[in-house]
Amino acid sequence: MHDQEERILLGHGSGGRLSHDLIENIMVAAFANPALAELHDGARLGIGGTKLAFATDSYVVKPRFFPGGDIGKLAVCGTVNDLAMCGAAPLYLSAGFILEEGLPVDELRRIVASMSTMAQTAGVAIVTGDTKVVEKGAVDGIYINTAGIGALLPQADITAKRVKPDQVVIVSGYLGDHAIAVMGERHGLTLPQQIISDCAPLNKLIQTLLAAVPAVSMLRDPTRGGLATTLNEIAADAGVGILLDESAIPVRPEVQAVCELLGFDPLYLANEGKVVVFVEREYSKKVLTIMRQYPVSNAARIIGTVTAKPAGQVALRTTIGGLRLLDMLTGEQLPRIC
Amino acid sequence: MSDRGVRIQITGIVQGVGFRPFVYNLARQYGITGWVSNNATGVTIAAEGNPAALTGFVKDITRQAPPLAAIDSLTVKECRLQGYTDFQIRASVAGSVKTVLISPDVATCPRCREELLNPADRRYRYPFINCTDCGPRFTIIKDIPYDRPLTTMRNFAMCPACQAEYDNPADRRFHAQPNACPDCGPVYRLLDKAGTPVEAGQDVFDLAREQIAAGRILAIKGIGGYHLAVNARDQSAVARLRARKVREDKPFAVMAGSLAICKSQCAVSAVEEQLLTSPARPIVLLTKNEGYNLADSIAPGNPCLGVMLPYAPAHILLLAPANMWVMTSGNVSDEPIAYQDEDALARLGAIADYFLVHNREIYCRADDSVVRVVFNKPYYLRRSRGYVPAPVSLARELPSVLAVGGELKNTFCLTRGRQAFLSAHIGDLENMPTYQSYVAAIAHLQKLLAIEPQVVACDQHPEYLSTKFAQETGLPIVSVQHHHAHIAAVMAEHQLTGPVIGLAFDGTGYGPDGALWGGEFLVADLREYRRAGHLAYLPLPGGAQAVRQPWRIAVCLLKELYGESFLDHALPLTAQLPANWQLVVTAAEKKINTPRASGAGRLFDAAAALLGIRQSIHYEGQAAIELEMAAQGRVGRILAYDLTAVAGTWILDFKPVFAGLCQAMEQGAAVPQLAADFHTTLAAAACELTRKISKATGIKEIVLSGGVFQNMTLLTQVIRMLAQHKLVPYLHRQTPPNDGGLALGQAVIAGERSR
Ligand SMILES: [Fe+3]
Ligand SMILES: [Mg+2]
Ligand SMILES: [Zn+2]
Ligand SMILES: [Zn+2]
Repeated sequence: MHDQEERILLGHGSGGRLSHDLIENIMVAAFANPALAELHDGARLGIGGTKLAFATDSYVVKPRFFPGGDIGKLAVCGTVNDLAMCGAAPLYLSAGFILEEGLPVDELRRIVASMSTMAQTAGVAIVTGDTKVVEKGAVDGIYINTAGIGALLPQADITAKRVKPDQVVIVSGYLGDHAIAVMGERHGLTLPQQIISDCAPLNKLIQTLLAAVPAVSMLRDPTRGGLATTLNEIAADAGVGILLDESAIPVRPEVQAVCELLGFDPLYLANEGKVVVFVEREYSKKVLTIMRQYPVSNAARIIGTVTAKPAGQVALRTTIGGLRLLDMLTGEQLPRIC
Repeated sequence: MSDRGVRIQITGIVQGVGFRPFVYNLARQYGITGWVSNNATGVTIAAEGNPAALTGFVKDITRQAPPLAAIDSLTVKECRLQGYTDFQIRASVAGSVKTVLISPDVATCPRCREELLNPADRRYRYPFINCTDCGPRFTIIKDIPYDRPLTTMRNFAMCPACQAEYDNPADRRFHAQPNACPDCGPVYRLLDKAGTPVEAGQDVFDLAREQIAAGRILAIKGIGGYHLAVNARDQSAVARLRARKVREDKPFAVMAGSLAICKSQCAVSAVEEQLLTSPARPIVLLTKNEGYNLADSIAPGNPCLGVMLPYAPAHILLLAPANMWVMTSGNVSDEPIAYQDEDALARLGAIADYFLVHNREIYCRADDSVVRVVFNKPYYLRRSRGYVPAPVSLARELPSVLAVGGELKNTFCLTRGRQAFLSAHIGDLENMPTYQSYVAAIAHLQKLLAIEPQVVACDQHPEYLSTKFAQETGLPIVSVQHHHAHIAAVMAEHQLTGPVIGLAFDGTGYGPDGALWGGEFLVADLREYRRAGHLAYLPLPGGAQAVRQPWRIAVCLLKELYGESFLDHALPLTAQLPANWQLVVTAAEKKINTPRASGAGRLFDAAAALLGIRQSIHYEGQAAIELEMAAQGRVGRILAYDLTAVAGTWILDFKPVFAGLCQAMEQGAAVPQLAADFHTTLAAAACELTRKISKATGIKEIVLSGGVFQNMTLLTQVIRMLAQHKLVPYLHRQTPPNDGGLALGQAVIAGERSR
């Protein structure tokens, strides 16, 4: 029945079920090793007596400039945040550029300047790099890869295994800003109100947080696939259920409005400056107090709790009292209504 | 002539329907000795007697079988004489092969009703009265064989009087598993919303009726779950129920205290009366008559009303003959119906003022079934209590299949040999409790029917939770195109093997080209299909949002018809556009989250929006339903449409129809006329396209399925037009045309492909 040759679909990159299966079945299967097996945002390594985190990410965002950021800012923040999510203090980054023939050099200058500013803000140094130019059409303007090394914070132990029933789920702020800002710019949409990407480094917040509250069990930045996908991954890895309270989930009214117009669910939209924190309920006040001191997380809120059952599933208590299953999507959102 | 001995094996619905006492009495009439016993495959009879008596005995088993029995097969084998001296009913044998059929739940029979209302009877006003001809079955059975210890009656030890009836083969309650009386059986109690008992015993019903009369909302535990009830004549009580249930305008069903009071509100044909009073007691969709005087908000603007008659003894005690009560499923919008007491109190506590509860556990939930009469035969809109788990008989034996169904209005289906068992209505799977009940119901029905599926069938939609469930079973998967499944369901019901021409008129279903299908003309058999024609694709800006907000499709159409200047046209839609509609149009043009759809349902949505009838919906199909109401059953004119063949596939484009509607509206035509025109044009166009396919293929059998064929104005016109051209239309007659029947089609296709 399925005699068609399997091919990569766009859905394989959307961060949902297809991406997940692709990585599991092809990459993880081929590269299998203990550090990779953790399937963290980055790998946690021991070199001699030093404990390090190591992460990489590639950036292909369209358009290259958008309200609140650009591809360079994203490339620094993304990898910095991946390291932070492992419970590490990011130290050094590499930067690899693939440039399309014809790219205005001025654009490249602006992007690199933005990377430099962001690296300073985050307190990391870009210490090595690579540049390739490919013929027109082989890439779209510029693609950037960054990799980073950070020192694991000694008091932190960030792993899904520590996520246990009755812990609370905290999100650092409003969801969906980045995805809508980028989409609006990409398609030249006139949005009812301007929406700005949340792209920001989270490492300083995370360092303070972990130093003060080592009980934090899990951290994750809800990027591709959004909050729903991130929580599904954690629920599956930890073998727990997660129950969210829709009325507590922060979404800006203007983002909500655009989502309703365009038919998107903000819970599945990418963020680039948000973190989800899991911690025992007794520490939640402390965590919130710290988070609210940082501009990147001053809208932090408890949005749900970890439950024993049903393992691996995420549910949303809706504003009218229903309980909606928040599934991990296979690819793009397609109506399921008949 | 000397005596002979035989072994008779009977399969079908033969347990829990008074079959053994019937055999016992018949054997005594014929002077036959031996025994009868239930086993896991049905009923076995050992019979000895003279050959003539035996022949008569066997014949009468089929001829005179009890009303609720349905014999599937009866085999007679010669065997050695044992010299039995009498005829006995033997205890059930728990066998390893479980192929017995379980009876659906049955409404209180006339004899039990009489006893219930007879002050001299020992079960006078006892709300759990039943006999082998009536009572709960499917909803109380935990496992088979169907015997009291394996039902939720196991906790009630029978008193000597009940036990005597139960043991006496001549008694109407012989082996009636739920047999009980006020001395030994379950009881009803009335609780306030905090769960504190207000009253118990015989008076609860009078008290409850007083509360309803006073405008209160009552949660009532019945056979398959909880109902929420209010006085149907009390406008403010109905409004309160709507507000608390968060259900804006989807019609409510009503229970009538008597057939007479029902007839004072609605027209009831002979077939409708038969259905209303049948043992299944479904909700029957009736047409309101001039006498209709119930609260407007029950079925606002709707010419039809769903009515059922009391089917549990408690209903008989609750509703006086003149009463009309709203009886809607006990849930908050979209949740599954509550059937467990604690859960009901927790979930319905914010809705109901009082709870009428009882202590006989409902093991398996079952919503009320909904039926309407089409061309003098039943047409199911929801097939659940009273019908499930009776099987659909297939044309031939298939490997055992689990078909997981769709996403909304889900039912699933299990097959065994030549039988397909469609589950009770499950609901919308995205709702977590519904999904959990779905998983549990699949396991339960598999156990009850002792089916170990070899194959799992699912929809092709990758995001259906049912599809994902299928992938987790680990069984070989057959994924079936949505509309092929719809067509195959009708074929299975009528034992057609095809090829047929299938008209699947639906909302949206996944098409293998990545678009959403739903206005499909398929040439299909039970294995394959060819898309011979379809409705032209329309953009759905915002995906599912476009289904909820029909104005989106309509505004895109207007822009295509008239360009930027469409706002200059004096149309109701242009005055009703919400803020920021331009962003939606832009998104459609830039193809942002804008899938293409050929769903017939979307044409109705577009027409309803263009005619200013409805721009946003509160329940599935609302715009189409209101468009049909506007047409008032009239036959309209046939407007111009486009039918062209593109690469061997017919495309039916309704853009000219929409242009015609807009033009007429600008010239001041009346909306009801235009709504009628739309229906008639769609029927005519569908018929023309069907004839073209029929001419090319020689196929005369036309199968109609999909949720859009719940529209009677369209359905009746399509059928008349097809018949005029000597084509033979086939409709759903045992399962719903909406996605509630999908799993049956999935099952037969997967079964045929795996043979
Ligand atoms: Fe359908
Ligand atoms: Mg990342
Ligand atoms: Zn009875
Ligand atoms: Zn008794």
